[in-house]
Amino acid sequence: MIYQINAAEFNKNAPILYAIVAIILAVVVAQAVFFLVRAYRRGVKIGMSKAVLNKTMLRAAVFTIAPAVAILVGIVALSQKLGIPLPWLRLSVIGSFSYETIAAEAVYPGIVEDATIYVTVALVMTCGMLVSMFLPLITGKKIQRGLMHIRQKDKKWGEIFMNALFLGMISAFLGYVFGDVGEGASGWIPVLVFLVSALVMALCGLLLKVTKWRWINDYALPFCIIVGMAAAVPITMLLG
Amino acid sequence: MKNNTTLRSFDDNTHLYGRIWGVVAAVLILSYPFICMAIFGVGVNWKVFASGISIIVMYCAVGAVETFTYTPMLGSGGTYLGFVTGNLSNLKVPCALNCMDQAGVEKGTEEAEVISTISIAVSSIVTMIILVLGVVLISFLTPVLENESLAPAFDNVLPALFGGMAVVYISRNWKISIIPCVLMLLVFIISSYVTGSGELSGTLIGVMVPVGVIVTLASSRYMYKKGWLGGQETPAEQQQENAQEENSDGEAQK
Repeated sequence: MIYQINAAEFNKNAPILYAIVAIILAVVVAQAVFFLVRAYRRGVKIGMSKAVLNKTMLRAAVFTIAPAVAILVGIVALSQKLGIPLPWLRLSVIGSFSYETIAAEAVYPGIVEDATIYVTVALVMTCGMLVSMFLPLITGKKIQRGLMHIRQKDKKWGEIFMNALFLGMISAFLGYVFGDVGEGASGWIPVLVFLVSALVMALCGLLLKVTKWRWINDYALPFCIIVGMAAAVPITMLLG
Repeated sequence: MKNNTTLRSFDDNTHLYGRIWGVVAAVLILSYPFICMAIFGVGVNWKVFASGISIIVMYCAVGAVETFTYTPMLGSGGTYLGFVTGNLSNLKVPCALNCMDQAGVEKGTEEAEVISTISIAVSSIVTMIILVLGVVLISFLTPVLENESLAPAFDNVLPALFGGMAVVYISRNWKISIIPCVLMLLVFIISSYVTGSGELSGTLIGVMVPVGVIVTLASSRYMYKKGWLGGQETPAEQQQENAQEENSDGEAQK
């Protein structure tokens, strides 16, 4: 009874919710800083040049900007239904825009205005990520040791193995880009964006070869992402 | 011998710290709905919750598959960090891959582990900063981010990202790319024409990433055994290389 009397009035944008999310995300950032410092020190210790490590930090930061803004768009899209704190938390930690949207819509279609529904939706969104949160903690060491064993046994196959892993992922996303073509003209928009980005990358490669400007190599991929995203606007106007 | 011990202990510590941070982060993330229950004095509506169980089960399965697919790509530190901060396929994995490639390190080595961890950590921090700025300035940014004419740009991040990456990695490894690329194109194009929409592709991609990885590994192994990817190393050559690696590691330690 006392519990109910003291309960706050429901507000999906309540300052206390912002504070809770900020505390959780501060811990996540602390983890990132901890691993960053540790990896940097390790790199220096095993003889890697500080210039390479610093450049890696810069490259990663530049690479992240465009996809991170797209994640922000996801928060804005979900904020009307769920307020800002919950989407901010869910899209800042393990989760994805597609899952959070599907989960929220499946549980409660429409704008959430009731505390019981809010906590239920939040619980469903969180539970879907249980395996992603805990399984790597259990299997991570075994998988990494297995890889080390493969490399020690046959170094050349170890290299091919690693390249095959990444190419398997890239091939799946290549197919995914073509996954809408059955819709008609609008289904070709992602394909054309993909091709624009690929063409820009090929041109960057050519320019690098001709001019020998090494900085092109550093920013080619972020540049491709931005040009590809920008190209999506006129392409959609034509085909959408 | 001392060097090997140091290497092992660093790796063991990475797993130890990764697990501790992972458990702390997971408990905090999981606590959010329960803290909200306490604040607002409400419980879960189990009838409504039941309607989400199928989604939870599906994404738990996807999570299991992603763990086995992405862990080998990210290295130890990158895995523990990446699986807390999320956005793996649309940000962290491509970012780590790009940074490893630009740094010129061989994947699977300790140098690659360092670069992967640094790139994922920086990417996580930058993402957090952008999201915090976005949340603080949301009333100013919403009209821009929800602008209909800009929507196609944000809807097409994945094609824009993988277009550039595909050129680089397929051209470098074209022999092992052919089979998975053709297979994936066929699967997605046929499914799209069969359903007459792209609705299925969003669900398919979760399953097709591990399928693509398995197909690529199997076909690469076959080609490697056949000698189509260059000759296999003899045990003597392998031993010699391992010895050379140990020596260079020892020098780096000094």
